[in-house]
Amino acid sequence: MYDFAYHKPASIADAVKLLAADPEAKVVSGGHTLLPALKHRLNKPTSLIDLSGIADLKGIKKVGNSIVIGALTRHVEVATSEIVAAAIPALAYMASHIGDNQVRNRGTIGGSVSNNDPAADYPGAVLGLGATVHTSKRKIAADDFFQGMFTTALEADEILTAIEFPIPEKAGYAKMKNPASRYVMAGAFVSKGPMGVRVVINGAGPGVFRQSAMEAALAASWAPGAVAGVKQDADGLNSDIHGSAEYRAHLVGVMAKRAIIAAG
Amino acid sequence: MPQVTLTVNGKTHSVAVESRTLLVELLREKLRLTGTHVGCDTSQCGACVVHINGESVKSCTTLAVMCDGAAVTTIEGLAAADGTLHPMQEAFREYHALQCGFCTPGMVMSAIDLVQKHPEGLSEREIREGLEGNLCRCTGYHNIVKAIAAAADVMHGKRETIAAAAE
Ligand SMILES: Cc1cc2nc3c(=O)[nH]c(=O)nc-3n(C[C@H](O)[C@H](O)[C@H](O)COP(=O)(O)OP(=O)(O)OC[C@H]3O[C@@H](n4cnc5c(N)ncnc54)[C@H](O)[C@@H]3O)c2cc1C
Ligand code: FES
Ligand code: FES
Repeated sequence: MYDFAYHKPASIADAVKLLAADPEAKVVSGGHTLLPALKHRLNKPTSLIDLSGIADLKGIKKVGNSIVIGALTRHVEVATSEIVAAAIPALAYMASHIGDNQVRNRGTIGGSVSNNDPAADYPGAVLGLGATVHTSKRKIAADDFFQGMFTTALEADEILTAIEFPIPEKAGYAKMKNPASRYVMAGAFVSKGPMGVRVVINGAGPGVFRQSAMEAALAASWAPGAVAGVKQDADGLNSDIHGSAEYRAHLVGVMAKRAIIAAG
Repeated sequence: MPQVTLTVNGKTHSVAVESRTLLVELLREKLRLTGTHVGCDTSQCGACVVHINGESVKSCTTLAVMCDGAAVTTIEGLAAADGTLHPMQEAFREYHALQCGFCTPGMVMSAIDLVQKHPEGLSEREIREGLEGNLCRCTGYHNIVKAIAAAADVMHGKRETIAAAAE
C-alpha cells in the first residue's frame, strides 16, 4: 500500500472542505472495500478522509413513513436494528447476509452504496425500495443515483450522508451468493408500496437494474408464478469465472421468484 | 508520522505509525504480539481477527490510525494472569480443534464474539454460519464447531468446565 496523508474531520462541512481541496483525496468509512483495493495498489489517493468521527452520519431513525439510515451505519447495526426489523424486515435480512460477521462489524451502508459494486447487496435494496440518497449537497432518487458499474451520481466533492427508505407494504430479497466471498452472483429485491411495484436485479449485470417486464407482470398479479413467463435476456449480463451470462439470466428468474415468496 | 494511542490487552500504548500501517502490522511489528496472523491479502481468511471495543474485526483490513482511542484484545490477552486459559482456548485444546494452529487465533477471537452476541445459545448451523469469515485449511471445521458449542455452554454458565462438557 502506498502511503497517504490522514485526516479525521469532526463535521460533514469539514470533510467536504478537505475533499474539495484535494482532487486526489478519498473518503474512508469502514474501509472494507477501499483498503483491499489500496493493498493491491489499484488506487493511489494522496490523502484519506476518515468519516468515522462524524456523529451526524450515524444512526437509524423512523421519520414519518420512512426509515432514514446514516451513511456510517454498519451492516451489523442494520441487521440487528429493531426499527428496521419492524418496518422493512427484508432490509435487515439483506444486511445480515453481507459478507461475514467481521465484514458486517466494519462495512457501512454509505460505503457500499457510494461504491456501487455490481456484486454488492445494498444497491439492490436502495433501488428496489425506491429510496432517496441524501448527500452533502442534495437529495437524489435511487432511479437517478446508480449509473452502471462502480459509477454513481455522486460528484467528486460530494459525500453520501444518509439513505431514506420509504416503508413498503411488502418486500423480499433473495441472492445466489458466491460461496467464498458471499458477494452476489445474481439477486432480486422486490417490493410493493409507495414507490409502486419494483423488481430490481443486482449481481447479474454491470450495474443494478429494474426488470420492467417482471414489474409489469407482478403489478398485474402479485404471486411467485407471475414472473415465471418472463425471460431475462442474457445479452449484456456478466460472464466471469463464477458463472456465464446464460447461467446468470436463469438465476434472475429463480431469485425473483424466491424474493416474491420471501415478501409473502 | 501520526501518533496512535490505544489500549491493547489492557495496556496503553502510544505509537508513531505511518498512515498506511494496518492494525495487524502495528500489533505484530511494533508491539511484537505475533499471535495474530496474516493468512491472505483478500480480507477473507480471518487469521487476523482481533476484538476492537469487544467486536471481532479483521485487523488486516483496519488502519492503525483509525484505532486511536480504541481498546483492542488479541489472542495474547485472553488467558488469566496466572495462565489459566479462556474457556474458548481450553475447549479448542480439549476437542482437538487445531492442527497446525495457523487459523486458531482468529477462530478463537471470532468464536468468542459470536458466543457473547448469542446468550440464548447457538445451534450447530449458527456456529458454522458464524465462522463464514474464518478459513481453516487443515483441521477441518468439525471439531472447531464442537469446541465452540462446549465453550458457549461454559461461558453462559450451563456447564462448569470444558472437561465436563467433553464427556
Ligand atoms: C471478505 C469480504 C466480503 C464481502 N462481502 C460482501 C457481500 O457479500 N456483499 C456486499 O454487498 N459487500 C460485501 N463486501 C463489501 C463490504 O460490504 C464493504 O464494507 C462495503 O462495500 C463498503 O463499505 P465500507 O464502509 O467498508 O466502505 P469503504 O471501503 O470505506 O469505502 C468504499 C468506497 O466508497 C467511498 N465512500 C465511503 N463512504 C462514503 C460516503 N459516505 N460518501 C461518499 N463516498 C464514500 C470510498 O471513498 C471508497 O471509494 C465484502 C467485503 C469483504 C472484505
Ligand atoms: S489476513 Fe486474511 S482476513 Fe486478514
Ligand atoms: S489448524 Fe491449520 S489452518 Fe486451521
